[in-house]
Amino acid sequence: MDKFIQLTLTGLTNGAIFALVALGFVLIYKASDVINFAQGDFLLVGAYITYGLIVQVGLPWSVSLLLALIVAVALGIVVERFVLRPMIGEPIISVIMVTIGLSSLLRAIVTSFWGTMGRQFPKFLPTQPVEIAGATVPADRLIAMGVVAVLLVIFSVFFRRSREGIAMRATADDQQAALSMGISVQKIFAMAWSIAAVTAVLAGIIVANITELSFFAISAIGLHVFPVVILGGLDSIPGAIIGGVIIGLLQTFVAGYTPSQLALSSVIPFIVLIIILMVKPYGLFGEERIERV
Amino acid sequence: MLSLNNIEVIYNDVILVLKGMSLEVPQGKIVALLGSNGAGKSTTLKAISGLLKPEDGEVTDGGIVFEGEEIHHKEASEIVKRGIFQVMEGRRVFGHLNVEENLIAGSYTRTDRQNVRQDIEHVYDYFPRLRERKNQTAGYLSGGEQQMLAIGRALMAKPKLVMLDEPSLGLAPLLVREIFNIIQRINQDEGTTILLVEQNARLALDVADYAYIMENGRIVLDGEPETLKSNADVREFYLGLNEVGTRKSYRDVKHYKRRKRWLS
Ligand SMILES: Nc1ncnc2c1ncn2[C@@H]1O[C@H](COP(=O)(O)OP(=O)(O)OP(=O)(O)O)[C@@H](O)[C@H]1O
Ligand SMILES: [Mg+2]
Repeated sequence: MDKFIQLTLTGLTNGAIFALVALGFVLIYKASDVINFAQGDFLLVGAYITYGLIVQVGLPWSVSLLLALIVAVALGIVVERFVLRPMIGEPIISVIMVTIGLSSLLRAIVTSFWGTMGRQFPKFLPTQPVEIAGATVPADRLIAMGVVAVLLVIFSVFFRRSREGIAMRATADDQQAALSMGISVQKIFAMAWSIAAVTAVLAGIIVANITELSFFAISAIGLHVFPVVILGGLDSIPGAIIGGVIIGLLQTFVAGYTPSQLALSSVIPFIVLIIILMVKPYGLFGEERIERV
Repeated sequence: MLSLNNIEVIYNDVILVLKGMSLEVPQGKIVALLGSNGAGKSTTLKAISGLLKPEDGEVTDGGIVFEGEEIHHKEASEIVKRGIFQVMEGRRVFGHLNVEENLIAGSYTRTDRQNVRQDIEHVYDYFPRLRERKNQTAGYLSGGEQQMLAIGRALMAKPKLVMLDEPSLGLAPLLVREIFNIIQRINQDEGTTILLVEQNARLALDVADYAYIMENGRIVLDGEPETLKSNADVREFYLGLNEVGTRKSYRDVKHYKRRKRWLS
């Protein structure tokens, strides 16, 4: 029973992190129909920049975190200005190919500065164990879960209530009509990419904090964005959250209850991905096309 | 207030659609722009509102002047800020947003945020049906309700000039009457200038102060509605009447073709 609770809590934290990464991915897809293959690489950028600023530059963690977020916002703006804007009028598939290029570029930058060796991340979140219902969980995991929950609430309020959030959803619905409202579609794209980068950078920092700074482990987490969004539906924000939690829990339970030499836990998300594509290609919560015109 | 001087519009660098199009919209008036399918009416409106760009269209010659300033190279968002708002053909409401969120989207360029709430209520006064459905997903509204929402969304921007592209499209005659009454009320009560594109010439000529008729990318006739209504060609081609009020014979159709050529 303790093990079950333990696994549930671990699974929920992992799931929350997946959800955070997937949220950004869905945002870009909704706003511009672009599948962003670089989403997972933003995690690396976040984790390594924060590491560099704390350990190599010697800044306090709070300042480093803030700078990493500023880099994320800038990344979104740069991508819109220098990658998306010149591609206006090109087929979506070309833009998607460009995100693959962006992914390689980001990975190359990270490895050229820091290599791929694992490093000790300066953990700034408290790690002492906390006891919940008979299971012990490190405090940083609980904090991570709390942070993600708060972020998800902030984003959903942003999309429901704020002018920019509504403009973003309007653009996702009908770009030309949004333009006719005076909404600057370029600004909306930059915003979607910036938010996507911010969520992924935060996720990267959280992951590095609760595990270690490992190029391959963080890349692997980035890769999970695909099973998560396929499960939840590419264009559904609630789907990203629920998909993230399901994949997180599933993976942790499989890891906990099957022999580790099978390595089932690392393939299970992708088995889910294939099954979902076969039975429900729009995912659990993919937006229904409204058919009355 | 608005004038188009001999503008030329080309799509995809090759398709010439507007071939020296000129018109004037005076402040406070309702101006109708009539013409058959493919004449270039929607293209004219998009040229004014800066919406050609996503369709790879471009104003290649002539000029568009609004309140003394050239606007044909401005971004769509800039043009909305200056007070021109286009209600696009086919309503184009944001289907996954609810009614109220659609109205908020319409107010996007407003700087006086504190008045938005009050203006939403003002729109509901024009269209009580929207008030009843304010939390409903816009994609599931009826066609008429969507047209009301599209017009309400325009009001939210407090524009000086509203351009309506076929507001009667696909609506029952009674509803068309209702919508046209409201368009007239908006013109009178808000002082909003209106450029109205219509296939339904009869109705448009009833509400307009001045009308233009376009064929094949340029204006072929213009005048006061009363003058146009008594013009034999207009009666025949746009109002579906001929001099004796009977159905057209084959000979008349040939005649139609000949005269239509002359028109364009
Ligand atoms: N994006 C585009 N690319 C190429 N050609 C276009 C484009 N949009 C319109 N056209 C062409 O321009 C011409 C005028 O189109 P437009 O939509 O302006 O006509 P319209 O007068 O509004 O017609 P309708 O009454 O049917 O709406 C048509 O021949 C059309 O095929
Ligand atoms: Mg048209």
